[in-house]
Amino acid sequence: MSEIEHPLGENRQPEAPENATRRKLMLGAAATLGTAATARAIAPLMDWKPTTSLAGFLQRHYKELTTLEKKDICARLEAETKAQYGADVHIADPQAEPGVGFAYALNLSICIGCRKCSEACHQENNHDRPSGNSYIRVIEMEQGSLDLERGNTTYDHPVPRKGNYYLPVQCQQCDNAPCVKVCPVEATWKEQDGIVVVDYNWCIGCRYCEAACPYHARRFNWKKPEIPAAEINPNQAYLANRIRPQGVVEKCHFCLHRTREGRLPACLEACPTGARVFGNLNDKESEIRWVIENKRVFVLKEELGTLPRFFYFFDK
Amino acid sequence: MSTKNSHLHSYPRFLWHAVRLATAGSLGFYAWMTVLTAVALVGLHAWASQTASGMVLTHMTDQVSWGLYIANFTFAVGLAAGAVMMVIPAYLYHDEDMHDLTIIGELLAVAAISVCLMFVVADLGRPDRFWHMIPLIGRFHWPISMLTWDVLVLNGYLLLNLHICGYLLYMRFLGRRANPKWYVPFVFLSIGWAISIHTVTAFLYSGLGGRPFWNSAILAPRFIVSAFVSGPAFIVAILFALQRFAGLPVGNGPIKTLTRIMQVTLPIDLFMVGSEVFTEFYTGGAHVSAAKYLYFGLHGKSALVPWIWTAIACNVVALFLLMRGDVYQRPKRLLTAAGLAFVGLWIEKGMGLIIPGFVPSTLHELVEYRPSLVEWQIAAGVWAAGLLILSAALKIALPVLQGTLAAHSAERHPGGSSAS
Repeated sequence: MSEIEHPLGENRQPEAPENATRRKLMLGAAATLGTAATARAIAPLMDWKPTTSLAGFLQRHYKELTTLEKKDICARLEAETKAQYGADVHIADPQAEPGVGFAYALNLSICIGCRKCSEACHQENNHDRPSGNSYIRVIEMEQGSLDLERGNTTYDHPVPRKGNYYLPVQCQQCDNAPCVKVCPVEATWKEQDGIVVVDYNWCIGCRYCEAACPYHARRFNWKKPEIPAAEINPNQAYLANRIRPQGVVEKCHFCLHRTREGRLPACLEACPTGARVFGNLNDKESEIRWVIENKRVFVLKEELGTLPRFFYFFDK
Repeated sequence: MSTKNSHLHSYPRFLWHAVRLATAGSLGFYAWMTVLTAVALVGLHAWASQTASGMVLTHMTDQVSWGLYIANFTFAVGLAAGAVMMVIPAYLYHDEDMHDLTIIGELLAVAAISVCLMFVVADLGRPDRFWHMIPLIGRFHWPISMLTWDVLVLNGYLLLNLHICGYLLYMRFLGRRANPKWYVPFVFLSIGWAISIHTVTAFLYSGLGGRPFWNSAILAPRFIVSAFVSGPAFIVAILFALQRFAGLPVGNGPIKTLTRIMQVTLPIDLFMVGSEVFTEFYTGGAHVSAAKYLYFGLHGKSALVPWIWTAIACNVVALFLLMRGDVYQRPKRLLTAAGLAFVGLWIEKGMGLIIPGFVPSTLHELVEYRPSLVEWQIAAGVWAAGLLILSAALKIALPVLQGTLAAHSAERHPGGSSAS
């Protein structure tokens, strides 16, 4: 009965001494082998250098950093870039200007689908070279249809082709952004000037934002980006085009390292037809304001209620 | 004061005893644990490589940004929730036979949640930043992000079940009667909590407006119902295994109850899937693209078609096998049905649910996904680690189960033999 009362108790039959010794030996051997096998299994982690310093590992969220701390971090990142990529870069941290609200518009009547914008983005934003990554995808659409299902992103022929029009898609900088909503660690948020940014040093790489975005605007760093030193754009910003670490998500930031300094986005400057219009929506004299007031603009997937800051229109 | 001191003394002894119980056994037990350890280590090695070289070692892309890991995660949440199907009959419907065995369900929940958490970690691009997700230490985007809810409910469910099992086993170790006020409230809390883990996991997907395939109100009920198939199916297999390999006199009662549950939940699950299929295909338009891709292939791409038809075949055959009043008395037939339903739902709620959410992509690109070798290794490793946890836990609880069953058998059949 005591066995039933104390099934886990220590009143078990004593083992024969030779059995106990054998058992101990076997368990000892198993434990040693197991430890060795485990050490071998995790050996690849020895090559893993997610950060070069403890400070990098312990770095707080962007919004919790003081200006001085941000300065130190940017300096550390510059040194890391020098060490890992052999390039001298400057990482700034331009802030949103109060009263500014950026917006973009794109004239679908004159876009010819040349993908110059996409290429300019690739270079400006220090994208991984082998994958040809870019924040902009151009869809070749069928005349008379807005159905993306009938579009083609991998076209490879002279453009523009008769019967088609071209729809470049990048981050729509939604005012009600699904990606911001789903992020479990607030690694992505909307800035005062309307730009949705990512703290690449805070993102955990769960890719929930990638699943939530209806516009395929987000990209994940499946590996450490590769860029020859000579091709690195040295004019960088912390929340923008600095070289991203492996394992985090990135996205279009309206070239905030340029636009917050009064310049235009790289994709706009590269456009040969002038299809792109960018500016401060709050400025009544701005071109973007004129387009939105005078053209019949529309947004992509309006029914989802994401409230994009990226507008499209046809001229003719 | 003295009780406190005695716990400080006896709790480590209890833990040490548990370790001894978990590492002592027959040759067959050692062989089983060795195989599981080996597979788990293969997975660990693959994960270490993936962490060092980047997730480029997987076949996921920016178009299909979740794959085998999240598919398995989703299914394992269901398994954890389904384990509650031992607790509900025991505590809500006072099924005495089941009551003796509920600890099996609770231990299964612990193992299944461990599997979930391992799959989540395997899916993170930056596992070193895991602490960013810890409330108060990191930056927890609660209550807005559904993923933070999932972190809370999954870890809460893990703690609840650890507490219940740990308390009961510890009391048995001390040779004391368990005090209901220290575990019964937690058992009832765990019943509601079990529903919440799979509901929240469904909401992760169904709340995304940009993914029409997931954006369906039926997803959460479907998850719950399928969990109440896969959970009981797995427990039936455990019970047969314990009977066969550990000589545990399980008896017909619990198996009959679990079979009855599956006889109800499997047809409901198939009905819900059918309702979704009807809505998608009869409506047509852009909404049906993902379903078309899943069931028939789209524009010549059809990687998932063999998967989903295997799932349908498994589930339909399982349904056919289960639809017999005395199936619980036919172990072979029952185990085949349970196995088929388990595999069928693993596909249906795993790859069959996650991947079509991404194909076609939000810009309607058709990028297909087939898991890489590294992904298969990690997935196998995580499941092996889960089975390792479950086997060790059951091994620890086995003396308790044997004691309880023998005592109750003696009570119910006074004078008779204690074995059933």
